[in-house]
Amino acid sequence: MNDLARYERRRRIMYGWMLLSPALILLSLFAFIPSAMTFWSSLFSRGTRRNPSEFVGAGNYDLLFADPTFAKVVVNNLIYAGVTIPVSIIIALAMALWANSKIPARGFVRTAYFTPTILPMIAAANIWLFFYTPGLGVLDQIGALFGFASVNWLGRPETALWAVIIVTIWKEAGFFMIFYLAALQTIPPDLKEAADIEGASRWTYTRRIVLPLLMPTTIFVAVNALINSVKLIDHLFILTKGGPSDASKLVLYYIWELAFSYFDRPQAAALTVMVLAVLGVTAAIKFIILDRRTHYQ
Amino acid sequence: MSDALKSGQAPLYVMAPKRSFRPRLTLALDTFAAWTLAIVWIAPLLFAVWAAFHSTSDAVNFNLAGAWTLDNFRTAWDGAPWMRYFFNTFLLVSVVLAGQLVVTTLAGYAFAQFQFPGRDVLFIIVLLQLFILPEVLIVENYAMVSRLGMFDTVFGIGTPYWASAFGIFLMRQAFKSVPKELDEAARIEGCSWFGVLWRVYVPSAKPTYLAYALVSVSTHWNNFLWPLIVTNSETTRPLTVGLSLFGAPESGVNISVISAATIMSIAPLLIAFLLFQRQFVQAFLRAGIK
Repeated sequence: MNDLARYERRRRIMYGWMLLSPALILLSLFAFIPSAMTFWSSLFSRGTRRNPSEFVGAGNYDLLFADPTFAKVVVNNLIYAGVTIPVSIIIALAMALWANSKIPARGFVRTAYFTPTILPMIAAANIWLFFYTPGLGVLDQIGALFGFASVNWLGRPETALWAVIIVTIWKEAGFFMIFYLAALQTIPPDLKEAADIEGASRWTYTRRIVLPLLMPTTIFVAVNALINSVKLIDHLFILTKGGPSDASKLVLYYIWELAFSYFDRPQAAALTVMVLAVLGVTAAIKFIILDRRTHYQ
Repeated sequence: MSDALKSGQAPLYVMAPKRSFRPRLTLALDTFAAWTLAIVWIAPLLFAVWAAFHSTSDAVNFNLAGAWTLDNFRTAWDGAPWMRYFFNTFLLVSVVLAGQLVVTTLAGYAFAQFQFPGRDVLFIIVLLQLFILPEVLIVENYAMVSRLGMFDTVFGIGTPYWASAFGIFLMRQAFKSVPKELDEAARIEGCSWFGVLWRVYVPSAKPTYLAYALVSVSTHWNNFLWPLIVTNSETTRPLTVGLSLFGAPESGVNISVISAATIMSIAPLLIAFLLFQRQFVQAFLRAGIK
């Protein structure tokens, strides 16, 4: 009997590993080994025919810190994240509250909010290109009605990044709305009744009951928005290509440019390592601190 | 208090008349604000649709009386091998989804129902991939895909996404909610571990599969950066990459034609979404994705 139990236990261990092996092999091939290789190659200089690649330690990082484009790109990405994350969350929350309330034509409202989400970023960028084109674009035409001068939204350093930010918010707010909508539907109606009985205003009800109950969703959405602020760069390829003079260039776009336009793989690797470090810290904060307070099991 | 409500006693406070006007006012304000935002949100897309069916001069001059035309679609269609791109994208999302379903089901099952040493550490390692984005590792993944001889193939684009941490997490959650008794009953009936998985767990996780499939298909239909990097020929290039090449300023096509091409390439997904919108949202809600 004891032998049988031990055999059964060993069999389950074996099955467990067997079931996991495809995932582990794939994750190793396309996540863990490339991460390690990125770190490794960031320590070597760029090889040319005359100078073979050699170990330079932190040399690539020093070069990066001395590179004005790097500083520009980091600041841009901080602005990009700092604006898109809170604004998308607030809009998504408003959308969810409205899409969940008893307004007429609620179906249309929901669809309108959500539709941009299912478009490719490239398509969204093409659509917005029409809005931003100087002179002919929709924004300028509307501006002209009010007597404003034509603005080259994508071609001016002061506005290019903002034009990119608006497209991102337009694209992701509806997606986050879905998660809020799901969470709102789990709030028991008794709470609203109780709040009404107590004579609480709608604002008080929202602030004291709804928002705290939505906290786990907000954390989930915020983490996703943060990840998006690193990876949502497709529209740059259409709208600005990072220009003018790097005004709208974001970190991942710069990595792409370093690796595939300038063929400077070591620099790209060093920058990738920094992004991975930031994402790693985010992951640690999420798993160690935030998940203690939410419920996953 | 809710007991009093349920037992049907007419509560006094409902009679208070002061609330008769204000709810209607707030509803009107809510409706106005919600509709305004909805119109603002959908306007760019509607405008692109409208522009795609009008000549460029009508489109840029907002000539609402302008004649409707299909010329832009004809020009766009002749300008690039769209049939091929559609086929490539269709193949790509199928390959990605099929691989993901197999890998995430097996891994999710292992994490949910098998006890073995190191499991929890492994799970955290898998979750790490939520943050090690494939998009960020473009340089080394490109090298890896080339090394494996998969450059410019549909598997080169797709395989890096098979072991999706998000999918594994979702499947684990779904499988955890299956009652142990069902599992044991199936085993007593003589089912193998695979039989239990196939007959008990997979059917019970249908909403999760549906939600995950929808998310996966729309993600990979829309994916751009990675396919841009690992493809360099017409025979593998998906729609998004084709569309970006078509719309590049160097190719000198005008805004109406770009709109037509854009509408054309988003149409299948958009129509599917509008038709299955309810299921889409329901799947999300039922899968309990937080």
